[in-house]
Amino acid sequence: MSIDTIDRTIIAATQGGLPLVPEPYAAVAADLGLDEGELCCRLERMQRDGVIRRIAVAPNHYALGMTANGMSVWDVADDRIADLGPQVGALDFVSHCYERPRALPDWPYNLFAMIHGESRDEVEQKRAQVAALLGPACRGGDILYSTRILKKTGLRLRQKEG
Amino acid sequence: MSIDATDRAILNRLQEGFPISPAPFAAVAGELGIAEDDLIARLERMREARIITRFGPFFDAEAMGGAFCLCAMAVPPEKFDAVMTQVNARPEVAHNYERSHHLNMWFVLATESKDEITAVADDIERATGIRVLCFPKLREFFIGFRVAA
Repeated sequence: MSIDTIDRTIIAATQGGLPLVPEPYAAVAADLGLDEGELCCRLERMQRDGVIRRIAVAPNHYALGMTANGMSVWDVADDRIADLGPQVGALDFVSHCYERPRALPDWPYNLFAMIHGESRDEVEQKRAQVAALLGPACRGGDILYSTRILKKTGLRLRQKEG
Repeated sequence: MSIDATDRAILNRLQEGFPISPAPFAAVAGELGIAEDDLIARLERMREARIITRFGPFFDAEAMGGAFCLCAMAVPPEKFDAVMTQVNARPEVAHNYERSHHLNMWFVLATESKDEITAVADDIERATGIRVLCFPKLREFFIGFRVAA
């Protein structure tokens, strides 16, 4: 999968969001001097290739009451993670779910799953659900709550790269 | 602002995806049984009120080129502020969180290449005298996350 200069222009033009007009793709295409059909073909290709994960709305968790979250971490048997990882990732209260390397002896955990809820209690209940799902394939777990945001900057594509 | 049942239906529907077609709002409005201009007006209002953080394509930063890595450090409490200042000063540090654990500082490095990740982590380790553990993503599992509105 590769992206070219025109794809990058499209990314730069849409990463802030789509215009809220009846024909948003025609509007973006006109701004970029592209044909609407070409823009849509490129968006479809990028979506197929995984460059675009999805075109969707991202609600503000906090505004909808999802104010608590914790990074749950699990020590899952290596021969079971391919099977169990997708099941954890598919839970609707789990956002980012990844396999990462252990850092023994300090860090035995290889599955990371961010759990969201309306309260710390709810997050703990959901964490128990994940533990039940993992069952005996899991040798241990922990949860890390963020106590302070120390830095937060958006990840944005720099336009000079081409 | 408060949101009503129609707004909630819109948020739930549009978390699932948005069509690539000439008149996508009309298509979604039809599914929801509302008018196209009502859908657009409600989205504008929710975006204005920051109930919607973003509406549009979500790009995979790695697929666009670039490398990312989650890193963690066990920072002694008395050094925490000084180390935080050193770590945050690096432009490659995208976000940084204090967490409730022996490993109490967790940050994401974003660079143009994988080699740079190692170089930046080594630099931070040298500058602070504290080991930087790197947890690169080995595999990503299907993202099912939805906020029930």
